[in-house]
Amino acid sequence: MTIDKRILRKDSLEKLFNILRENNRTIFAPVEHNGKISFKASGSFSSVATDYIQTTQSSKEAAFPRTEKILDYTKTRDNINASPFDHNQIPEVVIWGVRPCDAMGIAELSAIFNWDLKDEIYNQRLAKTTVIGFSCMKADESCFCTSVGGNPGNTEGSDILLTRMGEGGDLIAEIITDKGAAIVSFAGELFQKSEEGQKEKYLADVPVKFNRDEIRKKLDKYFESDIWVKQSLRCIGCGACAYVCPTCACFDIQDEIHGKSGSRVRCWDSCGFSQFTIHTSGHNPREVQSQRWRQRIMHKFSYMPERLDVYGCTGCGRCSRACPVDMNILEHLTSIQEVTL
Amino acid sequence: MSDFEPRIVAFVCNWCTYAGADLTGTSRIKYASNVRIVRFPCTGRIDYMLLLKAFDEGADGIIVSGCHPNDCHYTSGNFHARRRWIMFRELCDLMGIDINRIQFSWVSAAEGSKWADVVNTTVTKIRELGPYTEYKKVANWPVKEVING
Amino acid sequence: MDELRNKVKALLEAKTVNVVIGYEEGTGKKPRAVFAVKPEDAAKLIYDSRCVLNLAAYITKHEVKAKGKMAITATLPVMRSIIQLASEFQVNDNNLFVIGLTPDNQVIEFKNLAEVETFIHKFEISIDSKYKEALEKLDKMSRTDRWNWWINELAPCFKCYACRAACPMCYCHRCTVDFNQPQWIPVPSHELGNLEWHIMRAVHLTGRCIDCDACANACPLGIPINLLNKRLLEDAKKHFGGYQPMLKGDHLMSTFKPDDKENFIR
Ligand code: SF4
Ligand code: SF4
Ligand code: SF4
Ligand code: SF4
Repeated sequence: MTIDKRILRKDSLEKLFNILRENNRTIFAPVEHNGKISFKASGSFSSVATDYIQTTQSSKEAAFPRTEKILDYTKTRDNINASPFDHNQIPEVVIWGVRPCDAMGIAELSAIFNWDLKDEIYNQRLAKTTVIGFSCMKADESCFCTSVGGNPGNTEGSDILLTRMGEGGDLIAEIITDKGAAIVSFAGELFQKSEEGQKEKYLADVPVKFNRDEIRKKLDKYFESDIWVKQSLRCIGCGACAYVCPTCACFDIQDEIHGKSGSRVRCWDSCGFSQFTIHTSGHNPREVQSQRWRQRIMHKFSYMPERLDVYGCTGCGRCSRACPVDMNILEHLTSIQEVTL
Repeated sequence: MSDFEPRIVAFVCNWCTYAGADLTGTSRIKYASNVRIVRFPCTGRIDYMLLLKAFDEGADGIIVSGCHPNDCHYTSGNFHARRRWIMFRELCDLMGIDINRIQFSWVSAAEGSKWADVVNTTVTKIRELGPYTEYKKVANWPVKEVING
Repeated sequence: MDELRNKVKALLEAKTVNVVIGYEEGTGKKPRAVFAVKPEDAAKLIYDSRCVLNLAAYITKHEVKAKGKMAITATLPVMRSIIQLASEFQVNDNNLFVIGLTPDNQVIEFKNLAEVETFIHKFEISIDSKYKEALEKLDKMSRTDRWNWWINELAPCFKCYACRAACPMCYCHRCTVDFNQPQWIPVPSHELGNLEWHIMRAVHLTGRCIDCDACANACPLGIPINLLNKRLLEDAKKHFGGYQPMLKGDHLMSTFKPDDKENFIR
């Protein structure tokens, strides 16, 4: 569908929030706790954080929660009864205040979850998720969306994209998809038809830092390069970068057992962990951190474009901000672009 | 609340308290039947995680018991254990875990009646405290739908 | 700064060590670790009050160890960590050279770990008053409120283990939380899994934590997990007279006194 442009008056934002709640939507919105902002099911408009560049965690949890049940089971003497995950339990979710880089990440995450096998639970959750994006008026030195195919006012992945016309001003609303139109259908009077506003002039300025296609081409030849060793020496091998990333999709399957019954759950995992690739034999093909770091970059900038036709990084900069030891991905990518073999 | 029967797990050492509990039985002393005994070689082997696992699996109270100081079969296992319990108890208290539900005791192989008394008073206390619902709620997380942490 | 750089340069020129672990200017105005291997790398080194990352976590890192003999620029918490690691046989005089960065901005080249030990024993380990207040606040709550407070604080933890990776004392190649066949601590992040993981972390660091705050600083979600370690530090003082990392002698929790006092065992 073509994008339908409307105007949302500044005091209509709260009304929209409440209308969504009245229409049984679970709203995941940025909420502050301990100085960090993360998406949480939020009951009131006043609890929603407004002054931030980027949330600490991405909004991927709406479709890919850190921990989710796949099935329950009970064992009897001669039988095992398994009851699969009940899709009806999935609520209708609206993710509120998603940045364009996160919204774009949904396409990348979906590519992974629909590569060969179509992941049922993921797709079910996504089908019930509506994304209300907020364009960026501010950016920091970790942001690099413009280097990876995005921009601070990118509509890709959002169902509705809102752009504030200046600090505290009215909002330009772009209704992008049918899901977005569905929201307009029950909050119609808030979305006024108007020609006013040019969103470009309100957007943050994010300079282009590198060319991702060039990096991809280089990576083909860089598997054995010592750049990985150099870059990763200070990496301490935690999961912070993967867990905050909107496109990281690795997971583990665990059985949580209580006596004769239990649940099988899917939970996040990270390629940064030393035991991520350990084999049953004890052999570990990624024995040292440099190989794990290489995997992180290769996966996002070489393997994903090759196999899935999308890149695995939206330039949100979260991994750089979350890393306890300042493994700045932008700095590392730029240095890959600069080195010659 | 009146028909609440506490479930209590007792972690005991083989050489003193287990033998003591045996004596309670052979002396035909009647005592509360709410306790499931788990036998260990020594109190030094009773890992703090085992206590938490007991709560996970639905225990309302816990007894940890072994040889009196200086009576350890392995000389010092109970001294090591005591130091760890002192610290573990402080940690539990800080985190709001109900330390009134964990009873530590020294019961020797000859103290059959003390064992009966430890069990009875613990059962009474836990009966008053009621089921440990707080912990059970957390342990039963899969019952709840997990969407977002 | 020049003194520090010259010392490091000399060490690398003389090939006394193969690598010097130090601080350099990072992105976002935060210093980060640097591994100087050539004399000219010494020019990158910095030292100021922003240098709070505990570099001792790198001493036991496989890839760093593989470089052979190393030197480290060590603030007081880093020096404490080194002595604790030495007492646990993770490092010794033959593979580590310590350049002390003292609280009063001096640069000391220590001849051996025994000298480092003597130096750190001049300072008592004592928790900051702001944490004391936080703990007192918790003590004043009812037990149930405390429980709810912790469940709520730990709820965001997504088990990235940055706190573990940043702690010099968490050097085990296979941590108890990593065992999942069968599971011991629940692997996924949920209320029970998070509670047990943090209790486990605190217990395993009892008597070993040197109060550097690396764990809490590393947490991307700002969870105040170091409060647990701080309370145990205070309790170690209250019950057993406290501890200091020591090259020789018993560790707080691997020893006992026959007259250790308690009031809860029947
Ligand atoms: S790799 Fe880093 S910058 Fe790229 S999408 Fe993931 S978190 Fe954002
Ligand atoms: S890059 Fe940073 S966040 Fe990622 S694994 Fe390494 S230390 Fe952790
Ligand atoms: S537990 Fe935290 S404060 Fe203690 S030594 Fe480890 S990182 Fe430092
Ligand atoms: S660093 Fe924070 S989020 Fe990560 S495991 Fe530790 S407490 Fe949890």
